[in-house]
Amino acid sequence: MMTTNLTLKKPFELNWKRILFWGSICALSQVFICLVGLPSELNRRILIESTLSLGYLFILWVPLLFGYVVSKIVKLEGIENPKQGAADLLSGALTGLLGSLGLVLLMLGIDNLDMRDPLINWNPKLFRLLTFENSISFGSLVWIPVGVGLGTVGASLHQMSSQIRKMTAYAMFGLFSFAVLEDVIGDLSEGFRLEWLSDMIYAKKGGMTVTSTIVLAIVLALLPLLVQGKFKKTVDRYRSEAKPEDKRRNSVVLFSIVAVLVLVLPWFLGRIVNELLANVGLFLLLALGLNIVVGLAGLLDLGYVAFFAVGGYTTAVLTSPNSPWFSPETHFGISLLVVVVMATLAGLLIGAPVIRMRGDYLAIVTLGFGEIIRLLFLSDWLKPYLGGSQGITNIPAIDLGPWEVRGADPRSVFYMVLAFCVLAIYVSWRLQGSRLGRSWMAIREDESVAEVMGINIVNSKLMAFVVGAVLASFSGAVLAAKVGSVFPKSFEILVSIIILVVVIVGGMGSITGVMVGSLVLIGILGGPRQPGLLQEFQNFKLLIYGALLVFMMLKRPEGLVPTARRTRELHQEEYLQDAWLGDDESEDREEVGEQL
Amino acid sequence: MSLLEIHNLQVTFGGLDALSNLDFSIEEGEIVSVIGPNGAGKTTFFNTISGMIPPTSGEIIFDGESVLGLDPNQITEMGIARTFQNVRLFPNMTVLENVMVSQHCRTSQLIIGALFQTKAFKQEEKEIRERSEEILGFFGTRLVGYRLDQPAFALSYANRRRLEIARAMATQPRLLLLDEPVAGMNPIETAELTGLISRLRDEWGFTIVIIEHDMKVVRDVSDRVVVLDHGVPIAQGAYDEVSTNPNVIEAYLGRPVEAKS
Repeated sequence: MMTTNLTLKKPFELNWKRILFWGSICALSQVFICLVGLPSELNRRILIESTLSLGYLFILWVPLLFGYVVSKIVKLEGIENPKQGAADLLSGALTGLLGSLGLVLLMLGIDNLDMRDPLINWNPKLFRLLTFENSISFGSLVWIPVGVGLGTVGASLHQMSSQIRKMTAYAMFGLFSFAVLEDVIGDLSEGFRLEWLSDMIYAKKGGMTVTSTIVLAIVLALLPLLVQGKFKKTVDRYRSEAKPEDKRRNSVVLFSIVAVLVLVLPWFLGRIVNELLANVGLFLLLALGLNIVVGLAGLLDLGYVAFFAVGGYTTAVLTSPNSPWFSPETHFGISLLVVVVMATLAGLLIGAPVIRMRGDYLAIVTLGFGEIIRLLFLSDWLKPYLGGSQGITNIPAIDLGPWEVRGADPRSVFYMVLAFCVLAIYVSWRLQGSRLGRSWMAIREDESVAEVMGINIVNSKLMAFVVGAVLASFSGAVLAAKVGSVFPKSFEILVSIIILVVVIVGGMGSITGVMVGSLVLIGILGGPRQPGLLQEFQNFKLLIYGALLVFMMLKRPEGLVPTARRTRELHQEEYLQDAWLGDDESEDREEVGEQL
Repeated sequence: MSLLEIHNLQVTFGGLDALSNLDFSIEEGEIVSVIGPNGAGKTTFFNTISGMIPPTSGEIIFDGESVLGLDPNQITEMGIARTFQNVRLFPNMTVLENVMVSQHCRTSQLIIGALFQTKAFKQEEKEIRERSEEILGFFGTRLVGYRLDQPAFALSYANRRRLEIARAMATQPRLLLLDEPVAGMNPIETAELTGLISRLRDEWGFTIVIIEHDMKVVRDVSDRVVVLDHGVPIAQGAYDEVSTNPNVIEAYLGRPVEAKS
């Protein structure tokens, strides 16, 4: 105890280096956010009536976060933790202050220098926003106390009891979701015939009313008191179920609940959400296919969009009356069979020459092939056949006897996509545990050894390519029927990259992970051309994707819902340590003892 | 006819002759040791037979057919399996999966069987699994039970070596190439594995070629010893003959004067 006491810091000793470091980062982040244009662009989006807009919120969360970060202490096992005290609050406040000083400097800069040429947002609009349409001194007088205050609040989060901290977190995140998801909640409440609820929460001109904000905050803060770990307990009980037959039963129950929900829910959802779910489904289908190629077989394919395009164009040519060259106007079902054949051929055609390459080389070559396919669709050479940049329009709806699947009715598209996704999930799941799936795993681990162990790597890899291609082409076919037209610019390289991000963020090789990944990324942020829940961020989508990807790589490289295998792979040391602490080693010793 | 015949084999890397004028044959049911100082070309010899390195010239005939120009997986299918000197398991696959995956070339089910869970598919999966457990059971209790589902990287060093042998056995070879199977093992483990190597031939019917530095193991298991030095075979014959051959002693120890002392 004596020794640890010595290392405790004195009550008012500030770690200046740390404050300066995080304070500067705080200032830089705020200036960066301003110059990227988030506040100006999102200022019109009101969150709380006449109080807060989304634009301001983007500046305000920064000092809160860095106030929290700067006063965080590393806790070590077995050593007494230093007590949080006034010094930490002061650190938070100073960090917030530095952040605000950054904003003040930015205001001075905009006022005195003209830098609009490289920085489009270095403009009077931002200036007016930062000074609240007043003078610089007024702006500074507002921002400095606000920064200091938020920094202190951020720092004080560590010193609250966990109960209060939980309540604050619930209130903050809850309010944020309510405010940002205004459209969707409106849409939802319409579907459930609860319009009065959304009318009560939201003001007519957009944004929540002040009263509803306060009431909601209190309700949300009380929520954890009601729930109080019940959820966690259920999950724990579910996980700890010892008997395999109980586990099996639980899985069946859980699966049926999810299945019923997915089937019934669209009837209660409005247009916006159904449209969104249909998009999520389309990208999930793509991601499941890519998951087989990248996640299972370890082939980094950056030209995956090519197969998506093949599916879309094949459907367009076969079903649309506007197809310029060959227009049999077949039924979607028949065209689907041709799509499978075409995708298989495309998979073999692109796969065969590149399959001998490994790792980075494969990535670059497939990237090239993806672009080649898009440029072919765009080219003048194929224009008489495929329509060039005008694409093929007027693709008819899918006629399914009593039902019709068309873009104007997102619910029908959703069910159609759902059917394909179920198929894709079944295929991934069955193949994973089969002879072919094992050979993919082996190739992913060590290609040359896999070959020496008797695996025909060329065939196995081609098989992965083809299965992935067919799944992607299904997605393309449904997209063509949904949108009613195909254009080369719908098949940009960005699609490949976003699908890859979905797979990586979700968890490579994990089917659940890929589902969660597409829900989170495509559902919330939106696809390359499709809006997500947060439509406001449309222009900043790629920025957020990038930031998310960096964050995931640093903090959780195995993805949101990883497979056990992948977690082990990335955390080998921890696994070994656990194994060593367990019964593992002792048994080896016993064996040696017996022999001695 | 010999199981494996090698005629005038030569492997050149740049200007360096890793193997030259190698000429010998292996009879069915033999255990042959290949020894030689470091850099003598022993592992290159294995790599050439297993198809990982194409020879510069010469001929390798396995069971009457030339293996030159075949891919490693085709050679494995013909019945040659190997282990690696620096253990090269599939570290993130489980012990069982490591062995199951090596039966790839002896099995045939593809996509359709897996999707429709056909009778043939299920039957084959069952056979693969049973066979894997049988092979792993050959090494006593070490690789079975809860270890079946452990990742290969979590195994102890000796167990990894055992698993490598199990994986090679699972390809159902006729010729088994073992590259320093006891390297890094303690004396007890070495003694045990020495016994296993003989059993591999007697019970499983494999013909075995083994690269080994541990002379005790070489003496105990081999019917015949081949000594390589600088890519050239300098002696072959029974262990006692070879171990007293002055050329061999010179290759290992430099000068005969020192060897006598």
